[in-house]
Amino acid sequence: MTARLLPWLFVAFMAVLPLWMHDQYILYVLTSTGIFIIAAMSLNLLLGYTGQLSLGHVAFFGIGAYTSALLSLGFDLDLGGAEPFVLDPQPVWIAFLGGILMAAVFGWLIGRLAFRVRGAYFVIVTISFAQVMRMVALNWVDLTEGPMALNNIPPLTVWWPGEGFVPLYSKEHYYLLVLAVGVLSYVIIHRLVQSRVGRALIALRENESLARSVGINVTRYLVIATVVSAGMAGAAGGLYTHYIRIVDPDIFMFIYTVTMVIMVITGGKGTLAGPVVGGLLFGFLPEVLRDVARPEVQWIIYGAVMIVIIFFLPQGIVPAVGKLFSRKKKHPRHDARTPTAPRITEGASS
Amino acid sequence: MPEFLQHLANAVILGGTYALLGIGLTLIFGIMRVVNFTHGELYTFGAYMAFMLAGMFGLNFFASLALAATLGMALGALIEFALLRPLKGADIDTTMLVMIGAGIAMQAGEQLMWGGVAKSVPNPFPTEPVVLGPVSVGPIRLFVLAVAVVLLVVFYLLLNRTKLGIAMRATFQDPDTAALMGVNNGLMYTLTFAIGSGLAAVAGALLGPIFVVTPTMGDLVALKAFAIVILGGLGNIPGATIGGFVLALAEEFGAGYLSSGYRDAMGFLLIIAVLLVRPQGLFAAKERIG
Repeated sequence: MTARLLPWLFVAFMAVLPLWMHDQYILYVLTSTGIFIIAAMSLNLLLGYTGQLSLGHVAFFGIGAYTSALLSLGFDLDLGGAEPFVLDPQPVWIAFLGGILMAAVFGWLIGRLAFRVRGAYFVIVTISFAQVMRMVALNWVDLTEGPMALNNIPPLTVWWPGEGFVPLYSKEHYYLLVLAVGVLSYVIIHRLVQSRVGRALIALRENESLARSVGINVTRYLVIATVVSAGMAGAAGGLYTHYIRIVDPDIFMFIYTVTMVIMVITGGKGTLAGPVVGGLLFGFLPEVLRDVARPEVQWIIYGAVMIVIIFFLPQGIVPAVGKLFSRKKKHPRHDARTPTAPRITEGASS
Repeated sequence: MPEFLQHLANAVILGGTYALLGIGLTLIFGIMRVVNFTHGELYTFGAYMAFMLAGMFGLNFFASLALAATLGMALGALIEFALLRPLKGADIDTTMLVMIGAGIAMQAGEQLMWGGVAKSVPNPFPTEPVVLGPVSVGPIRLFVLAVAVVLLVVFYLLLNRTKLGIAMRATFQDPDTAALMGVNNGLMYTLTFAIGSGLAAVAGALLGPIFVVTPTMGDLVALKAFAIVILGGLGNIPGATIGGFVLALAEEFGAGYLSSGYRDAMGFLLIIAVLLVRPQGLFAAKERIG
């Protein structure tokens, strides 16, 4: 009972936070952490539930960010014809949805192509995809402004009775918006992994040949998962770009993917709460360390924490705490809804 | 035509160092099945060692090169011993994540120690280029190519003509049977990782006087090394050598005739193309993927 109420208590707590927390800096950290948690949740759908480690996930985040920014700013593009193609600035929410759609389309494409290979090869194809995206963002200066970055991106708006669409300039309001999108993403993933699709995904994670032999169309389900995951990462990218209101090719940096992976692994891959717990930890760790350590030392600690967690808590924090909890109750619960990730102890092929 | 020959000469010289990086990684990836994200950092480490020994302490360039290689091997052995050995039996994703963590920490360590400002290693050769018909090449670049070729040959002989090489290849093919024949698998793993790391460090040290040395110089290089390994096929030494030259040619001619901005994208496009069309690599006969 408490386990089911816990997420909602957490959401309620986070929702009333701005009522008494007026520190703008903490709200800023919470908002950007929240955006990364959404991205980490989307990665968890692939990494945790299908067992495929995509190290190019930031590509979807960046595609969502760039598409949303470009649609909301408008652009003109010389396609070789007599007249350049001109797009007028679109309303921000249309742009935001366009970003999600574009990321999902790329998710479909990558899913169709990359799942021909598995394991380390899949990882390398996904990294390469993100790197190529970064090169495109750097070099297609006509469209993306390259390293000069896209500036003055309008903030997202909210509809208010009597006033119409009001831009969200205040940190409190943007924080609540990110929280709402985060809750929505959580619910979507929750519904998805409990559905037939989710069971198929978990089956293929546990034993792909067995899943195939009972008639699960493995590629189809992997592509579905990738499309949903990519769209969600694109939404996170859109939230990010309309929040910081500037986007440059560095958004495709490998280190952002690594950050998402660390959040998922630390919290517990294949658990719903894992990315949230890991995300809060790694969102705030740099802030806590800021006063005591130089940035380089922070990164060393970051790397070391990652190694220590994989050595000593290979399944992540959430399953470890869950195990502790069920041991106290003397009879371990087998809850189909919160599958843990047993893959880590599997023997290697060598 | 002269332009073409110049590009070709540049590509061959670049290809030599790419081949060094590639064979180092193909050993580690092929024998140990470790997706080694510290490879680029060892390359950077080698370059910084050359900078420190030759640039700061005024040591002879050639001696610093040898020392940088030795230190790179030592660091590689340490990584294998401290991080990979305890993880034996863990799946490929787990070791990969540990290596990513180690790579992050190493890069930050380099930044902490030497700062973000680019350094350069003093060039021991005259800067006047050597002109060979339509092609002109700096002497340092010729030296880099010579060292790379010598190392490739030595390495090839080591693997094919010595008892150690046979033991390494046996471990690669079948660790259990190799162990039954008296091969110390653990030692082979450590040695393999150390040799691969040493090759990466040498590549970094060699390129130190040509390019500048920065803490992030290894990022792209690491990914390119993966491209080379995949091009050549996992664990395939001649394949990685050819892969290194293929990537250098693709980059040089892509940059020269298509667009210089996409120079670094060539490797990734090659990876994607190779994996989708011929996932076992261009030169491998048999390798099960996934």
